[in-house]
Amino acid sequence: MDLALIWFALLAALLAGYAILDGFDLGVGILHPLARTDGERRLFVNVIGPLWDGNEVWLVTFGGALFAMFPEAYATVLSALYVPFMMLLCALILRAVSLEFRGKSTSPAWRRLWDLVFFGSSLLATFLFGMAVGGALVGIPLDERGLFMGRFVDLVGPYPVLVGMLAVALFAMHGAIFLFLKTEGAVQERLGRWMWHSWGSFLVLYMLTTMYTLVAIPRATANFEHFRWAAGVVVVNVLAIANIPRALFARKYAQAFVSSSVTIAAMVGLLALALFPNVVTASNDSAHSLTIYNASSSRTTLVIGLIIAGTGFPFVLAYTGIVYWTFRGKVKLGETGY
Amino acid sequence: MPPLRATSTDLIMDVVALSRLQFALTIMFHYLFPPLTIGMGVVLVYLEAMFLRTADPVYETAARFWTKIFALNFAIGVATGIVMEFQFGTNWSAYSRFVGDVFGSALAAEGIFAFFLESGFLAVLVFGWDRVGPRMHFFATVMVAVGSIFSSVWIVVANSWQQTPAGHHIVQMERDGRPWVVGGEPVTRAEIVDFWELVFNPSTMHRLVHVLIGCFILGAFFIMSISAWYLLKKRHVEFARRSFTGALLVATLASLAAVISGHFQAKNVYREQPAKLAAFEGHFRTGPADLNLFGLPDSDAERVAFGVAIPGGLSFLIHESFDEPVIGLDRFRSEDRPPVLVPFASYHAMVGLGFFFVTLTLVASFLHWRGSLFESRWLLWICVFAVTGAVAANELGWVAAEVGRQPWIVQPPMIRDADGGLVLDSEGRVRYATATVTLEDGTIGERVAGLRTSDGVSEVVTAEQVRGSMVMFGLLYGLLLLLWLYVLNDKIQAGPHGRETSDSAGGERELLDAAGSRVDSTGSLTGGGEG
Repeated sequence: MDLALIWFALLAALLAGYAILDGFDLGVGILHPLARTDGERRLFVNVIGPLWDGNEVWLVTFGGALFAMFPEAYATVLSALYVPFMMLLCALILRAVSLEFRGKSTSPAWRRLWDLVFFGSSLLATFLFGMAVGGALVGIPLDERGLFMGRFVDLVGPYPVLVGMLAVALFAMHGAIFLFLKTEGAVQERLGRWMWHSWGSFLVLYMLTTMYTLVAIPRATANFEHFRWAAGVVVVNVLAIANIPRALFARKYAQAFVSSSVTIAAMVGLLALALFPNVVTASNDSAHSLTIYNASSSRTTLVIGLIIAGTGFPFVLAYTGIVYWTFRGKVKLGETGY
Repeated sequence: MPPLRATSTDLIMDVVALSRLQFALTIMFHYLFPPLTIGMGVVLVYLEAMFLRTADPVYETAARFWTKIFALNFAIGVATGIVMEFQFGTNWSAYSRFVGDVFGSALAAEGIFAFFLESGFLAVLVFGWDRVGPRMHFFATVMVAVGSIFSSVWIVVANSWQQTPAGHHIVQMERDGRPWVVGGEPVTRAEIVDFWELVFNPSTMHRLVHVLIGCFILGAFFIMSISAWYLLKKRHVEFARRSFTGALLVATLASLAAVISGHFQAKNVYREQPAKLAAFEGHFRTGPADLNLFGLPDSDAERVAFGVAIPGGLSFLIHESFDEPVIGLDRFRSEDRPPVLVPFASYHAMVGLGFFFVTLTLVASFLHWRGSLFESRWLLWICVFAVTGAVAANELGWVAAEVGRQPWIVQPPMIRDADGGLVLDSEGRVRYATATVTLEDGTIGERVAGLRTSDGVSEVVTAEQVRGSMVMFGLLYGLLLLLWLYVLNDKIQAGPHGRETSDSAGGERELLDAAGSRVDSTGSLTGGGEG
């Protein structure tokens, strides 16, 4: 059994789970300035109140699993991305704190400050995630030991910036649909328009990114020649994107949310396909790339990891189910909340 | 071991020192919150269980009040905890490559078994008062408490493995089927052999027990502090008396348990990490050892200045005999010795605080038995401030443990004879185990079977970068600390019944007033959700 391949697929699944779940609450943060009154702003925050913390655990678990199963990749990526990673950590802390503190005083200046922090940190975190994906597709220069050889500025290029913008549009769309499902009345009407706007921006950026990738990143599509079935992921992706406006027209909003979730999952699948068999692609010399085989832990650890994941994940899905079931339905102010 | 890219040795040292400092700053700030969460979690379970059994609304009021503060602590704990997980990769990437195969499993287990449990049910605990029934709410509280204890289990396992590694072997990595050598240095790492030996390595249980006792002490002192303040101010008296009594019981038992567990743990440290214990005690020369009550260790002169010591005391604690020799720092090569001042000072301060907790809780318990505790204002005032000592003792214990294990980030095993005695080299120094490696020219060599802290730091990160991130963390955490204290104070001032006039979280008040009958709980619903 190809244990490294199984773990590569599981990590992709964890990343997809994270992107779908935290994606909508980051999206709510990005759309937060659109709320007009303090009541609306509180409503937005309370929509994600009980959920965001659990969603972020997916990122923590993804990080832990990467550390355990592909320690060489974990070490190389995090030390290479030192500065952007510190910015990300700063954004995630400030985001958690802004949710916590905005309701602690009624002073408008205090609330405006934390609203701004909530918006800014959500936007920054999403953009950085997108840049990291773009950077992963381009690759980074690595030496023989797998150590990053470049400088911080080498990480910033037009392609990572484009993917960063794509991520912002994608999560904004995902968050808008989620907010629409959780609200009613005048706010919901306005969100209806914003679902369309964000879908439109996402579509434009998606097409731009696809063209850029096809032209400039040949490695990203090389695997499609080996794996015929990979075309299926592209088809699913395109159908899911196309189904969003169809579902919105038909007023099947839950279906639209499922479609945007499938869109995200398919895009993570495409990322994994583009990288395989690399976890970290060396842009200077393909022999220095960290692959799922030369960067992985020992067989024993990969097996132990599968046992841990196999024991734990049924429970994780059960808790997640319980929490989302408990907090189902429309969110109204005046309940226990921020 | 990874080669030092020694264009400038000073620069490398700088990155090591800065990265250690940053780790110390971020972990110590983070560690303000998990022990509070663990300690308070147990109290919440007790309060909700009592409410289910007796249906006495005072218990519900108390549970709701402490849940608000619990949630605030939890949120900051989570936000600062994410930093810890990723800092292994950002600042300690050479270490991460070396230990990932072993350490990573424990960390991943923590994520899957503990974090999901905690964060999922925290939502129900904090936001679910009106959405689920009391039994489901109690279940959620139990799950959050269990999750926070699971979390401490796995992180203590991971840390203990670095102190007293077991269940692994050191192997050379391969590239293209050949032993991997880069720049003349063989690339080695630790690989897991036996998962349960890793989990139950020689120090795990001792350290876990001591850590959890420390958490219970802190949680109990925290509640005693706030309750004592209410008693002094004659506010919420019935609520405060019940909270104080419960917490005092936990604090008394935990303080006594800490002394006992501390004794056995120290003996275990002597067995597994004798250099660390020698640093704790300022014991430089092997021989019968006095127990320094206080003093100022001087590593250059190899003695403790201004000390007051019990003659033969350390020998007695370790060997139950006043003149049996205790291994001192002279058994270790100078490059293998930990610094002495910081471990000595932090260890002694922790022990001193521990005995202070025992005295304080015994006196308080005695007065409670006599029925005069709540009139003893001087004692209540001490209890208001004693929580800072509990915070300090928890932090200082970790400082002693982590500085005392230097210079190793992963300690190599010491070579022992058949009876378990330490094997010394020709100069009378302790010998560390080595691993066999293949060098570039195919010859066989040896490398020490551990990792020095100075070799664990990220090779590609510069001192400027670490300095920048440290400034960021310093500002961010300073702000967080101020805000935490501000909100905490606000909640304490508002009290278990909430503010009567001010409405800190907006428009809930009307709805709750309309609900009418549940007067007790209206206040705690206001701003109830901090998760």
